[in-house]
Amino acid sequence: MPSAIQFAHVTRRFGTVTAVDNLSLSVPTGSITVLLGPNGAGKTTTVRLATGAMSSDEGEIKVLGLDPSTDGDEVRARTAVVPPKPALYDRLSGWDNLIFTADIFGADHSTIKPAAERFGIDHALDLDVGGYSTGMRTRLALARAVLHDPEVLLLDEPTAGLDPESARTVLNLIRELAGRGRTIVLCTHLLHEAEGVADQVVLMGAGQARIVGTQEDLADQFVTNPAVVIDAEDRSVLNGLTARPEVVSAEWNGALHVRLTHLDHLPDLVADLVASGARITRVQPDNPTLETLYFEMQRSLREAS
Amino acid sequence: MRLDRTLTVAKIDLRRLFKSKDYWIPMGFLAMVFFVALPFLLLTIVTSTTSSQLVNKIGEVLQSLPGPVQENVVGDTPAARGAYMLAVYLLAPVAIVVPLTISSAVGAHAIVGERERGTGEFLAHSPLTEREIFMGKMLASLVPGFMATAVGFGVYSLLVNIKVGPLVGGWFFPTAGWWILIAWVVPPFIALALSVILWVSSRVRSTAAAQQAATLVSLPVIFAAYGVSSGLLINPVIAALGIGVIAWILAIAGLVSGSRSLNRERLLGFGGDG
Repeated sequence: MPSAIQFAHVTRRFGTVTAVDNLSLSVPTGSITVLLGPNGAGKTTTVRLATGAMSSDEGEIKVLGLDPSTDGDEVRARTAVVPPKPALYDRLSGWDNLIFTADIFGADHSTIKPAAERFGIDHALDLDVGGYSTGMRTRLALARAVLHDPEVLLLDEPTAGLDPESARTVLNLIRELAGRGRTIVLCTHLLHEAEGVADQVVLMGAGQARIVGTQEDLADQFVTNPAVVIDAEDRSVLNGLTARPEVVSAEWNGALHVRLTHLDHLPDLVADLVASGARITRVQPDNPTLETLYFEMQRSLREAS
Repeated sequence: MRLDRTLTVAKIDLRRLFKSKDYWIPMGFLAMVFFVALPFLLLTIVTSTTSSQLVNKIGEVLQSLPGPVQENVVGDTPAARGAYMLAVYLLAPVAIVVPLTISSAVGAHAIVGERERGTGEFLAHSPLTEREIFMGKMLASLVPGFMATAVGFGVYSLLVNIKVGPLVGGWFFPTAGWWILIAWVVPPFIALALSVILWVSSRVRSTAAAQQAATLVSLPVIFAAYGVSSGLLINPVIAALGIGVIAWILAIAGLVSGSRSLNRERLLGFGGDG
């Protein structure tokens, strides 16, 4: 699959601070790439470099086959960014903000109402944005971002400060756009929200892409002990599991979360429990969440360094 | 540079501005003071005074002016000639000071305001070119000052014709020099000052710093305005045309160099000097 965004050995410094350090990254066209990482990892600078809002000190960037440093105007016309703070004009109404965007991106005004309806902000378009709640502002910023139907959508912490319903709307948008062949880059540290969305996960740290892969590949790589959730009518019968050699760890969290040395041991383990009189009510795979994965990757990096 | 996008930037700034009563009420008041209240007061004093001492003083002032200047002053009595001189020449700097004050207040905030609000991030990621943004901001800063001047000029014309006209043989204002001043001299003066103010606004880190710098920039332009009015006193049309040419050349140079000062990283909040 061709790359919508390609970074090759890109470096960007601010004085003595290196925000992006020899970053190489490829975002396939039509994919959803989630950039994970703590504050200061270089996620926002990466977004800014991608649109040409910032220039790199070293390396080469291609977005939709164009160089943002020389073809920035075209790159920006075909992309959209939702920044962490919505960046709206408070003294203007929602309509005015959207009309301004439509005019500078060359979008038809007929796209405004559907975009506002899509994010449930159409009822407030006549009001000044200064009176909007945080969630309304973010929804307006999202409506603004899709007005010109961008080929690449760069979302930098878009769900920060959103209520769960609005956050779900954002994630639905991401899936919908990707389904239509649009390329999405989502920067977040709200890991549970990115769960199951990403085609590619990039763990950033100190301005570099430390680990890149699909969630499944990374789970195989970093979460070496498979986990299952087990529950029984009489939970006391499960307490003996920790003594079994194939059980690496077991902890109660609503049910018993058991890590095994290998998944092949599970049938015998369940059979033994049943044989001992346990009435099992639940056995299910405990797939690693993105959060689990994130901390496992961070731990792995710390150990490696 | 695309004109439609430049106008879009200007339009959105103007829309925001006209919704800000805290901006346009004081600015409207300023224009009213300089174009209406102050001239009305001075012209009323000069035209209705019965003090022979004041009339004599005005006569002495007029007598002390150079010959060519005296030839341009119309009126049969010292009071009429004094009122004419006041209306046509001495209040001429107001035509530059008022739009400059109003426009520089907008211009100082124009770019650094985008940074402070965070909307600079949106502009930086937009397809607008730096020049379109700069020129849009320039237009948005020019329009309020020039609108105030146009309205103020109209009201001022009415006022001086009503107050002074009967003394000098009918309606006389605007004179040719004033038309040239308003249409030819004031715009480049304001554009020149604004190009410097916007240059500063793109570089400083706060609106307060930009406003301080704007005040510094305005001062020499105000002095120049007085120079313009002095030139008008001697030879209104030639002086205004000549000063206008120089001001346009400087303004164009200022605009070209000012528009180069803006870059996207400054809109994002990087690269500030102050």
